[in-house]
Amino acid sequence: MNFDWIGRESDTIVVLLLWHIALSVIPVVIGLAIALPLGWAAHRSGIFKSAILGTTGLLYTVPSLALFVLLPPILGTKILDPANVVVALTVYTVALLVRTVSDGLDSVPVETVQAATAMGYRGFQRLVSVELPVAVPVISAGLRVAVVSNVSVVSIAALIGTQQLGLLFTQGAQLQFLTPIIVGIVLCLVLAIVLDGLVVLLNKRLTPWVPKVVHA
Amino acid sequence: MITFENITKVYPDGTTAVDDLSLVAPSGKLTVLVGPSGCGKTTSLRMVNRLIRPTSGDILLDGESTNGMDEALLRRRIGYVIQHAGLFPHRTILDNVAATARLTGKSKREARLIAGELIERVGLPSTFATRYPWQLSGGQQQRVGVARALASDPDFMLMDEPFSAVDPVVRGQLQEEFLRLQREIGKTIIMVTHDIDEALKLGDQVAVMRTGGHLAQLATPEELLTAPADDFVADFVGRDRGYRSLGFVTAAPDLAVRPEPAVELGSTPEAARAASTDDWLLVVDGHRHPLGWVEQRALTGPITIGDLNLSGTVASRTGTMRQVLDASLSAPSRRGVLVDADGALIGSVTAAEVVGSLDEIRSAKGAAS
Repeated sequence: MNFDWIGRESDTIVVLLLWHIALSVIPVVIGLAIALPLGWAAHRSGIFKSAILGTTGLLYTVPSLALFVLLPPILGTKILDPANVVVALTVYTVALLVRTVSDGLDSVPVETVQAATAMGYRGFQRLVSVELPVAVPVISAGLRVAVVSNVSVVSIAALIGTQQLGLLFTQGAQLQFLTPIIVGIVLCLVLAIVLDGLVVLLNKRLTPWVPKVVHA
Repeated sequence: MITFENITKVYPDGTTAVDDLSLVAPSGKLTVLVGPSGCGKTTSLRMVNRLIRPTSGDILLDGESTNGMDEALLRRRIGYVIQHAGLFPHRTILDNVAATARLTGKSKREARLIAGELIERVGLPSTFATRYPWQLSGGQQQRVGVARALASDPDFMLMDEPFSAVDPVVRGQLQEEFLRLQREIGKTIIMVTHDIDEALKLGDQVAVMRTGGHLAQLATPEELLTAPADDFVADFVGRDRGYRSLGFVTAAPDLAVRPEPAVELGSTPEAARAASTDDWLLVVDGHRHPLGWVEQRALTGPITIGDLNLSGTVASRTGTMRQVLDASLSAPSRRGVLVDADGALIGSVTAAEVVGSLDEIRSAKGAAS
C-alpha cells in the first residue's frame, strides 16, 4: 500500500469518484422514469405482460462491454462520451425495473384497488395516489439491486476509457501497482453501500405505514 | 330510491348472472339481497355503481338513469362497503376515512374534521385516527370501512357482505351498531349477504334470489318467515320459521307477568329456602339484575357464583315474543325472567302463558282482518 501515492493522486481520485457516482445514479433515475410506464403497461396488459417482461429482461443479457462499443455508432457519439455509459446503464436499469414495477403494482391488494375504483378514483388518480404508494416497498427493493449493480457495471467502462473509478483498475494493472486497485475496490464498495443505504432510507421515509418487522 | 328496471347481465361466455331483475330499494330503507352463491346478488349490487355494466336494462337513482353517467362521479355519490374493508394500507385511519370526502371536493382540513367525527361515531376511539390499517382488528377495520363510506355523506350505500369476515360475536355487535346508526342517518342502502339470519335481522325488505339471477321473493322479513312464496324460499329461509317469526312479534303488553321471588348473592340457605316457592330460586345482584338460578335444596352455605345455573336467558319486557319464549324455555325453573329497560327484574312468565298470549294475538289479528 503506497499512501504517498494516494495523497498525490487524491484530486484525481475525487474526480473519478464523482464521475462514478454520476454515472451510477443518473441511469437509475432515468431508468426508473422509463420503467414506471412500461411496468404499468405490463401490469395492465394481461396477455402482453410476458412479452414486455421477456423483451426487457432480454436486454439484461447483452454484455455491457459490447453495449459500450456498440452504442457510439448507434447514437452518433464519440467512444469516450460518458453519454454511452449513461445510455447503456439506463438500458440495464430498465431491464431490471420493469419487472419490479410490474410486480410492485401486482402486490397491491385486490380489494384496495377495487375499493378505490368503487369510491370514484379515476384511473390515473388511483395509480398515483393509491397503487404506486402501496407498491413502493417492492419497487425500492428492485431499485436497491439496480443501484448496486450499476456501481459495479460502471467500472467496466474503464476498458473504453471513460472517467470513473474503473480507471484505477486499468491503471493499476498496467503499472503492476496494487494501490490504485485497492483504492478503487474500497471506494466502489463504500459507494455501493452508501447508495444502497440511501435507497433504504428513502423507502423508510416513503412507507411509514409498513409494519415494523419483528425477528423472532 | 334505487330502481332496477329489467336488469340483465350475460357474461361473454354465455352465463346469465342476472335475469330481468326489477326491484325498488326505497329511500331511507335497507334492502337486503340474499341467496345462495351464484345467484347474482353481488353482480346486481355492482351494477348499481357500474363496477359491472349491465347487458340490458337500467338502474335509476332517485329516478335518474345511470346509463351513460360519468362512472367516477356516479361512484362518488354512492358509499361502498366491502367484505375485507379494502382500506388503503398506506394511509392513516383518519386519511382513509377522509378519502371519500376529499373526492367529493372537500378541503383536506374539512375532510379530516368530518373523518374525525365519523371515527367516533362508528364506535372507535379517537386515538385510532393516527394508526395504520394493519394495527386494527378485522372488526375495527370494518368500522373504518363504514365510516369511510359515510364521509362523503352519500344518499346511497352499497354493502357487499360487510360483516361476514369477522367472528360471530363481533358480527353481532357490528350488526346492532349498524342498525342503530342507520336509524339515525336513514340512508338508502342495498346490502348483499349469503346469511339469511343477517338478512332477516337487518333488512327492512329482503330480496331472495335464486341461482341464475332470478328474484324469488321480495318481502319484509316477517312475510318471508310467515308466507314464503315457494319451496325454494321456504327452504332457503330455513327451519324453525315459526319460532323465528316470533322475533317480529313484540311482547304483548297484557302478558300476565307474575312476581318472581329472588334473593341476593351471598344469602344463607335458610333465607333461600324461606323465599323460594319451588326447587329453583332466582338470584339477583344489588341492582336486582338477574344473575342465575340456584337449586335451593342443594345449598350448603351462602350462595356463591359457583352455585348458579346460568342456562336461563333473560328477556326485556319490551322485547320480542321470541326472546320471552326463549327465556321461559331455557330457565331450569321453566319460568322466563323479564327485566325492565335498566335490566332490573320485573317478574316471570311460563312458556304456556307465552303461547296463550300468542294465540290471543293471532285471534285478535284474525278478527281485525
